[in-house]
Amino acid sequence: MYSYSEFDTAFLASRNAQFRAQVERRISGALTEDEFKPLRLMNGLYLQLHAYMLRVAIPYGTLNSAKMRKLADLAERWDKGYGHFTTRQNIQYNWPELKDVPDMLDALAEVSMHAIQTSGNTIRNVTADHFAGAAADEIADPRPVAELLRQWSTDHPEFQFMPRKFKIAITGSPNDRAVTKAHDIGLRMLERDGQRGFEVIVGGGLGRTPMIGKVINDFLPEADLLPYLEAIVSVWNQIGRRDNKYKARIKITVHEHGIDEIRRLVEERFEQTRKTFSGVDQQMLREIEAHFAAPDFREGDTSAYDNARQHYPAFRSWSDTNLTKHKHPDHAIVTISLKAHGATPGDASAAQMRLIAGLAERYGYDEIRISHEQNVILPHVHKADLPSIYSALQAEGLGTANVGLISDIIACPGMDYCALATARSIPIAQEIATAFDDLKREHDIGQLKIKISGCINACGHHHVGHIGILGLDRAGVENYQITLGGDHTETAAVGDRVGPGFSADEIVPAVERIVDTYLDLRISADEAFIDTYKRTGMAPFKAALYPEAKVAAE
Amino acid sequence: MPKAFTPKVVTANHLLAGDVIYQTATGWTRELREAEVLTDEADADLRLIEASQQVDDVVGAYLADVAVVDGLPTPTHFRETFRATGPSNYALGKQVDLATGNYEDAN
Repeated sequence: MYSYSEFDTAFLASRNAQFRAQVERRISGALTEDEFKPLRLMNGLYLQLHAYMLRVAIPYGTLNSAKMRKLADLAERWDKGYGHFTTRQNIQYNWPELKDVPDMLDALAEVSMHAIQTSGNTIRNVTADHFAGAAADEIADPRPVAELLRQWSTDHPEFQFMPRKFKIAITGSPNDRAVTKAHDIGLRMLERDGQRGFEVIVGGGLGRTPMIGKVINDFLPEADLLPYLEAIVSVWNQIGRRDNKYKARIKITVHEHGIDEIRRLVEERFEQTRKTFSGVDQQMLREIEAHFAAPDFREGDTSAYDNARQHYPAFRSWSDTNLTKHKHPDHAIVTISLKAHGATPGDASAAQMRLIAGLAERYGYDEIRISHEQNVILPHVHKADLPSIYSALQAEGLGTANVGLISDIIACPGMDYCALATARSIPIAQEIATAFDDLKREHDIGQLKIKISGCINACGHHHVGHIGILGLDRAGVENYQITLGGDHTETAAVGDRVGPGFSADEIVPAVERIVDTYLDLRISADEAFIDTYKRTGMAPFKAALYPEAKVAAE
Repeated sequence: MPKAFTPKVVTANHLLAGDVIYQTATGWTRELREAEVLTDEADADLRLIEASQQVDDVVGAYLADVAVVDGLPTPTHFRETFRATGPSNYALGKQVDLATGNYEDAN
């Protein structure tokens, strides 16, 4: 993991001191809210429905035990004992008081963490594959590049007042777990003729105008990355629309100008930016890479794992769903589900955070990741330790065997917390998870991604859910629209809207009808929901959801 | 024909705690039941201007619709119901703070 240099530490200390003074001036009345709001947003502080909300960056979703323990301390000391892990691999605290925020930021700085650029029209926290550095299918660990991008974009003088926010995601694996095609820039690491580079995707995004990103460069050599990205952001910063916030994101710029024209403008700008990079960035990248060296993986007997699988059905079930193949054969990647049935997706109590920190320290080479799917990952675990980890997790309510299943739902905070929301998301996720758990059907149903957003801004990624649910306000009543067939992977696709929305009471039965239809239609248990949907199209699902329309047509 | 004016309260967030507050005849309260119900449009506009000028301790004042039920202001939209009570996933916020008296004076 990257450790802060003297420069990083000094920068953070000065930013925190600056913000402390700004908070003091706001409290004294020297600053108005209009003056203060952009300053607090630059430091991740929102004012939400019931309280302030502090969004803390977890760069590329990577933590260690000290950082996780600090997050637990913040939850306990300045919040209400829990934190919410988000689809941006960040953590949000829902209840801080204004006067405490500077102390919270100082506490975070003790473990080299901050809330800078988690809001505002800047380059936001760079997100990455949550299995980075561990996955068996990986070309290379994308986190050193993500860290380089963090350093480049933090306080970048040209990119502090852009038309709108800007999000970059990176993956080092051909199997895209970082939703790169739904970001302003998506980077997919490639190797060509022994040279490392990137497929650069631009103009993806969800929100009110969902777009799948387009390839602007099919192989950008690694050494050209920063000048090329600087050229992209610079072109958009100049021609992106500032007259209408709904048309300001780069996806609209690409859509309006066309990818070929954007490519031409970027290439033109790149000729200039390239000259300003002397190669120091590549030198820095080499230094950063040293921080991310793989641990010295322990060799050893894994029979404890095989025995536990043979004798303990609950452990076998958990290891079937919550483990992923590691690049080292004696190891596994553990996904800790933050989706206990009926719980709030992505929430972890201080006690749970501390338990995870302890497990990472004891069994996991002190490494932790947060996924955009709102779960926690122990990326490197020797298989012999898995039974002990499972029992420890179970004792703290973290042993749910449901990763990738219907109850592993992404849900934004929705109107339970968010000032922008038009309906609630969390209770819908809780009800769906509980309904399917009651009937013990989810393992039979298999891989199925439900993603729920409480407004059109799509923080819950509903457009790319196999089943997407969007909560809206229809004449003062919560109403939920369903989309089907969305895909968040390398074959990314925006889901199709099925028809009129459903009330809060009707949405869970509607999801059950969709699932029943799938179970009737699938060729075998090996055909996942998304594959059945691709084969049959929407018609049978629509007929199940709106039987009255079928009757009317006959 | 212009839409008939419906009863309103002035509501905002408290600068320091960030929580929801409502204007009373003489100051602010954390309880909707204690809010001043405004039934005259011109009066409501004036009270909102007054609230918006209290920039040192009030953030984002606006007029929210209420219905008067059993003599008490009650939200007419679900968003205001959540603001008046708290989130639905945990017993946190006003739903417990008001019941336990665990809150400071809003003024």
